[in-house]
Amino acid sequence: MLKRFFGKIGIAEVLLFISVLILIVVVAVPVLLILWTALFVDGSLNTKDIIHILSQPGTYEALKNSLVIAGGVTVLSTIIGVFFAWLVSRTDLPFKETMKVLFLVPFMLPSFIGALAWKMLLSPRSGYINKFLVDIFSLDASPFNIYGLGGIIAVETMYLFPFVFIQVAGALERMDPTLEESARISGAGLLTITRRITLPLMLPGIAAGALLVALYSLAHFGVPAILGTESGIYNIPTKIYEQIYQSGGSFVAIRTGTILSSILIVAAGLILYAQNLVLRAGRFQVIAGKSMRPTLLKLRGLKIPILIFSLLYIFITVILPTATIFLVGTLKTYGIAFTWENMSLQNLKYILFDWRMTRDAIWNSFYLSLAAAMITMVVGVLISYTIVKMKVRGKFILEFLGVLPFSVPGTVIALGVILTWSGKFGINLYNTAWIIFVAYIARYMAFSLKSNSAALEQVDDSLEEAARACGATHWQSLRDIVIPLIKPGMVAAFFLIFLPALRELTTSVLLYGPTTRTIGVAIYALNEDGETVYAATLASVALVIIIVGQLVIKRITRTTVQGV
Amino acid sequence: MAQIRLEGVSKVYGGHLVIDNLSITIPDGECFTFLGPSGCGKTVVLRLIAGFEEVSGGEIFIGERLVSSKPKNIHLPPEQRRIGVVFQDYAVWPHKSVFQNVIYPLIMQQIPDTEANERTREAIRQVNMDGLEHRMPFQLSGGQQQRVALARALVSRPNVMLLDEPLSNLDANLREEMRFEITELRKKTGVTILYVTHDQEVALAISERIAVMDPKGYIRQIGTPDEIYEKPADGFVFRFMGISNFLPLSFRDGKMCIGNSDSVLDREIPPEKIDGVRTGKTVAGCRPYDVVLTRDKTSAIGVLKRIIYLGPILDYRVAVGSLELRVQQDIEDALSEGLHLQEGDTVGLRFLDLLWFENRDSEQEVT
Ligand SMILES: Nc1ncnc2c1ncn2[C@@H]1O[C@H](COP(=O)(O)OP(=O)(O)O)[C@@H](O)[C@H]1O
Ligand SMILES: [Mg+2]
Repeated sequence: MLKRFFGKIGIAEVLLFISVLILIVVVAVPVLLILWTALFVDGSLNTKDIIHILSQPGTYEALKNSLVIAGGVTVLSTIIGVFFAWLVSRTDLPFKETMKVLFLVPFMLPSFIGALAWKMLLSPRSGYINKFLVDIFSLDASPFNIYGLGGIIAVETMYLFPFVFIQVAGALERMDPTLEESARISGAGLLTITRRITLPLMLPGIAAGALLVALYSLAHFGVPAILGTESGIYNIPTKIYEQIYQSGGSFVAIRTGTILSSILIVAAGLILYAQNLVLRAGRFQVIAGKSMRPTLLKLRGLKIPILIFSLLYIFITVILPTATIFLVGTLKTYGIAFTWENMSLQNLKYILFDWRMTRDAIWNSFYLSLAAAMITMVVGVLISYTIVKMKVRGKFILEFLGVLPFSVPGTVIALGVILTWSGKFGINLYNTAWIIFVAYIARYMAFSLKSNSAALEQVDDSLEEAARACGATHWQSLRDIVIPLIKPGMVAAFFLIFLPALRELTTSVLLYGPTTRTIGVAIYALNEDGETVYAATLASVALVIIIVGQLVIKRITRTTVQGV
Repeated sequence: MAQIRLEGVSKVYGGHLVIDNLSITIPDGECFTFLGPSGCGKTVVLRLIAGFEEVSGGEIFIGERLVSSKPKNIHLPPEQRRIGVVFQDYAVWPHKSVFQNVIYPLIMQQIPDTEANERTREAIRQVNMDGLEHRMPFQLSGGQQQRVALARALVSRPNVMLLDEPLSNLDANLREEMRFEITELRKKTGVTILYVTHDQEVALAISERIAVMDPKGYIRQIGTPDEIYEKPADGFVFRFMGISNFLPLSFRDGKMCIGNSDSVLDREIPPEKIDGVRTGKTVAGCRPYDVVLTRDKTSAIGVLKRIIYLGPILDYRVAVGSLELRVQQDIEDALSEGLHLQEGDTVGLRFLDLLWFENRDSEQEVT
């Protein structure tokens, strides 16, 4: 009996078991613990407490702010994203290809570094632009104040609108131009076509992009932390952070955190569900067909003004803040003028070689990201393979668990990891690098699953079956056929994890200990401590790593594409 | 080489019975075809034999080896079945050259290098691909990729080759050529070939024996191409093998009339069929060539609905009462008989060969 049972256990069952185990330990348990802690006190459902906590002014305000910020960012990003996407794909704007690339640059930049730059430029007391305007117009007070909801919304929009831009530009490119052509032939004007044909066809793309922006903004920590806390404005993630740090991790604080986290989980789940519906509905509408070029709107006299406007937008949102970071990073002290005497590379030498704290932070971020990217990539292949290719009973458990990482925001993961790995199950990783490592795996699993599943779906089952018929065992067919064919997807997954993890702030800020700061945490802490210049120097280092990393990705993806 | 034996094999997918209690023996060294409409379960049978799927019931033997058995809980994985498989979509590995594709089974068998190289070249030669060894798959046409797949299935000298509609993605010329090549290969190597297709032309051309499956996955007839074509076991097989007419008959005033018309069928009915015909259970069937149009309108008559010229063939649609018959005739014959027919003409009908079928089979839709 027993022998027969074990005789039935094949590679499929083993893979399924390992995959399920990893997802349960890394993702499911933390999320469940959060929900459990939020809902139950001493083992019984406790709604009174929940209502009490939610009706406290602090938490209630945080909820409201999160909604206002996410709403504002979503609306603005949608307008800007759709406008620029339409501009580069449906008008005769010059240098379109270059512009398309430029509009995607904000994607690569960490938004909390952007927030830092805007604080340096527009803070009411010492922002460079404010001081400049006060000086030349001899004003009484600073004209701008970046601290507040408006500033947060503006800065987040700068870095999130590419989500909409990519979706919409993609939809416009894939759209069958004959649809527009036939409307034109039947006598409709360009405006009518845009309103009646183009816009409805773009709607799924717009909605998908907007929902991504909403999801991201709702759970975003960096920008509100830098531009909001100064004036007492909190959103959900910064409130969780504040609660846990103010109280030194008291039970009430954790409970408040878990309740807010549960709200984030539910909201994220709903948003992803809505996005799924929208994308599924959109699949039938936008049909590939590049046979004809779409009619381009002639901008005529507006051509140059609109080009200048677009370039100005890119200059203000990308170049100005980046340059500010690099320049401030070289100053002797914050607030003095950018003259040669005031600038040097001394700061760089100090944070890279002399100062233990920053040196450690860079090293920590580096090896944590590398290890997390490696492990997540390998485990992601395993799980995706089981989901996409295996015929095994009980797979639905894995399919369900596999969706989980997508809908769990970074703050929630951090909190869940704290609950899980602080000795509750006999293992205490608190204040060690391991806890950040575990959190990174949970946080970036979604990227790996997405990339590897997409790659695996491209590999037809018959390719593997052909290998089996040729005498290859399951392992051999994996090694010789499947893995070589999905290598580009795996490399992409690696970098999709490594680069964002390198500059990660949201998760590690809740998990770091005295010796386990990451680059993001160090920049954030330096800024909090008023060490603005060193914060800028370290941010410059991060930016250089990111830019170099992006160039490497470009090269690698290009060569792998050619290699296949 | 080996025979393949299925005993009471069944396969269930999610509560849906796709193959039900299938028993068949495919003799050693034969080119055997499963022929049936799409969706009838041909691929499933092939995959069960290859070992990609486990049986839900019954047993499968390849040679003397029991490879799948539900009662004994045996499932030999595909790599241990010593089979060659050619898939409908070629399944040539895109990251390996022609040579690397073909040599792969030998590497898996750990054949020494020199022998492996020699056999690989031999297999590539057998499918007429010499000179293209170092091409990558994306540099090959569909037909060439299919040859690579054939060579790869052959190179390890399997006992059994399983081919799943290997020609259906090729254009007509290539299909003819590959058909010829598969027949040649079998003669050269003597391997048992199990071929699966929905295309009766291909099946008739390459098989030594054919098993015709109906949409539910049951085998209706097993026989040589001649037997299947000339002596179909039932109306389904008859209809599946080509254009067919079914004539329901009724006795009126002691005469046998076609359908609800007054046209009389002046033919002897085999005595054992008379009862069936009387009760309406048995119908007559004929091919378009087995109906001759004449000027003699004394027995059966029909009205010409449409005439189409299909090259050297005249294709007629003739209404007999509410029934529509397909009739075909060589243009030369039509001319020599001096028939100058036009649409709307009334013509006499003479029936040559008639076959007799159970009614329910003729009504089954063929897709
Ligand atoms: N993996 C599967 N899961 C569920 N149903 C299947 C599977 N494979 C085949 N079927 C069903 O079995 C039937 C026969 O399929 P198949 O053997 O592919 O037909 P064909 O004769 O065209 O090759 C179809 O109804 C199909 O839907
Ligand atoms: Mg099939």
